[in-house]
Amino acid sequence: MTRWLPALAATLFALAVWQAVVSLTDLPRFILPGPVLVAETWWQNRWLIAEHTVVTALEVLIGLACGAVLGVATALQLASSRIARVLVQPMLVFTQALPVFALAPILTLWLGYGLWSKVAMAVLIIYFPITAAFFDGLMRTPVGYLDLARTMQASPRAVLWHIRVPAALPQLASGLRLAAVYAPIGAVIGEWVGASKGLGYLMLLANGRAKTDLMFAAMLTLGVLSVLLHLAMRRATRRMAGER
Amino acid sequence: MTPAPAITLSGSASIDGAPLFAPLTLRLAAAQWTCLLGGSGVGKSTVLRLIAGLETGAEFSGTITASDGSPVVARVAYMAQDDLLLPWASVAQNVALGARLRGEQVDPARLEDLLRRVRLSDHAAKRPAELSGGQRQRVALARTLMEDKPVVLLDEPFSALDARTRADMQELAAELLAGRTVLLVTHDPAEAARLGHSIRVMTAVGLTAVAPPTEQMPRAVDDAATLECQAALLRMLREGGQ
Repeated sequence: MTRWLPALAATLFALAVWQAVVSLTDLPRFILPGPVLVAETWWQNRWLIAEHTVVTALEVLIGLACGAVLGVATALQLASSRIARVLVQPMLVFTQALPVFALAPILTLWLGYGLWSKVAMAVLIIYFPITAAFFDGLMRTPVGYLDLARTMQASPRAVLWHIRVPAALPQLASGLRLAAVYAPIGAVIGEWVGASKGLGYLMLLANGRAKTDLMFAAMLTLGVLSVLLHLAMRRATRRMAGER
Repeated sequence: MTPAPAITLSGSASIDGAPLFAPLTLRLAAAQWTCLLGGSGVGKSTVLRLIAGLETGAEFSGTITASDGSPVVARVAYMAQDDLLLPWASVAQNVALGARLRGEQVDPARLEDLLRRVRLSDHAAKRPAELSGGQRQRVALARTLMEDKPVVLLDEPFSALDARTRADMQELAAELLAGRTVLLVTHDPAEAARLGHSIRVMTAVGLTAVAPPTEQMPRAVDDAATLECQAALLRMLREGGQ
C-alpha cells in the first residue's frame, strides 16, 4: 500500500498541472483537452471504448502467447545446437536492425484487416526480446553446475532440461515482462495501418475528426491496459524469477 | 560400488605453450585418501579436473589410468568448494540429482539413509537457501555419496567453511568416504595433515611426497604429530613459493 501512495500522489499532481495549463492558457479543446474533459468523454463513450479495448486486449494476449511460445522454442533450439547458432543468430540480429513497423502494411496485405495481422505485429515486436533474454540465460549457466553434471554422465538433453532451463527462468521472466509492455504497442501499430476495430483504430478515427478528447481517452485506456498487463505478467512470473 | 581402483596420472600440462606443471606422476592409492597440497596457481585443481574429465583450459600430454584397466571418468564423483546446489530444487532433489540427470529411478530408502548419515533428515524438503553453509556442504557430500562411485575427487570442499564446521565436515567426510579412492586438493596444511593417508606437496618444481603422521585418519586437530606435520607442510609451501 505504501508503495502505491507516492505513485498516486505524483499522478494526481501531474493531472492537476495538466488541468491548470489547460484552464490558464485557454487552449482550444481540439489542441489539448484537460483531464476533466477527457474523463467526461471517457465516461460518455465507455461502451464504445470497452468494445475496442476488448479487441485490442485479445490481439495482445494471443500475440503474447504466440510470441512466448515461438521465442522459447527458438531460444531452446539456439542453445542446444551450435549449427543453429551459427546459421540463425546473425539473421536474428539483422532482423532487429530492420524497422518492424515498416512491415505493418505488408502484414495487413498478407493477413487481412482482421485480428491476425495485429497478432503478427505484436509477435514480431516481442519475439526478439523473449528469445534474446531466454537464450542469454541458457548460455550463462554457472560453469560449476555443468561440471557437476558432466561428472554425473548426464546427456546434453538432460542438462538442458534439468539445469540450463531452470537456471535461465529468471531471464525468461524478464523477457516476458518486457514483452507484456511491448505487445500492446505492436497491436496498436497493426491497427493504425488498417483495422475497423481496436483502440489504435479508435485513436486514429478520433484524431481524424479532431475529437482529441476521445483520442486521449482511448490512449489512456491503452496505457492502463499495458500497465495492468505488465503487473499481471509480473505476478505470473514471480516464482519463475525466483522472487518470494 | 565396485572395488576402488588406484589411479595414476602421469604427464605434463601447459597453457598456450607455457608450462603449467612439469612432467609428474601422481598415484592415488586404492581406497585411500591422497591429499594434494599446494598454493594457488600451481595447477593442483587442473590435476583433479583432468582426472574428472573436465575442461581445464590447459593442454595435457600424458596418461590417466586406473589399476584395473577400466576407464576412469565414468567412475568418479566430484565435489567442489562451491556446494553447487541447485537453488530451485529441494535438498532431497539435489541429493538425487545424478539419478535424475541420467533418467534413472531414485532409490528412496538409499536417499533417506544418506540424509540421515549427513544429519539432514529433517531438512529434506527445504531449499538450499534455507540452510547454513555447513548444512549445504553436507548436502553436497550426500549428493557425492549418492553417486556411489569408487573414486571421489574433492576440490577444496571445506575451504569456505568456518573453522569449527570445517573440522566437523572433515571428520564426517573421512567416515563416509572410507573405502573409496579419494583425491583431496587443498591449500590448507592442517587439512592435509589431518586427512591424508599420503600427502603430496605440489610446487612449481613438482611433487614432493611427505610422510603423514602415523595416527589413523581423521587425526585429532590437536594431535602432536599432526601439528608437527602441519608445520612441516607449511614450511615446504613457503620455501617452494620462493
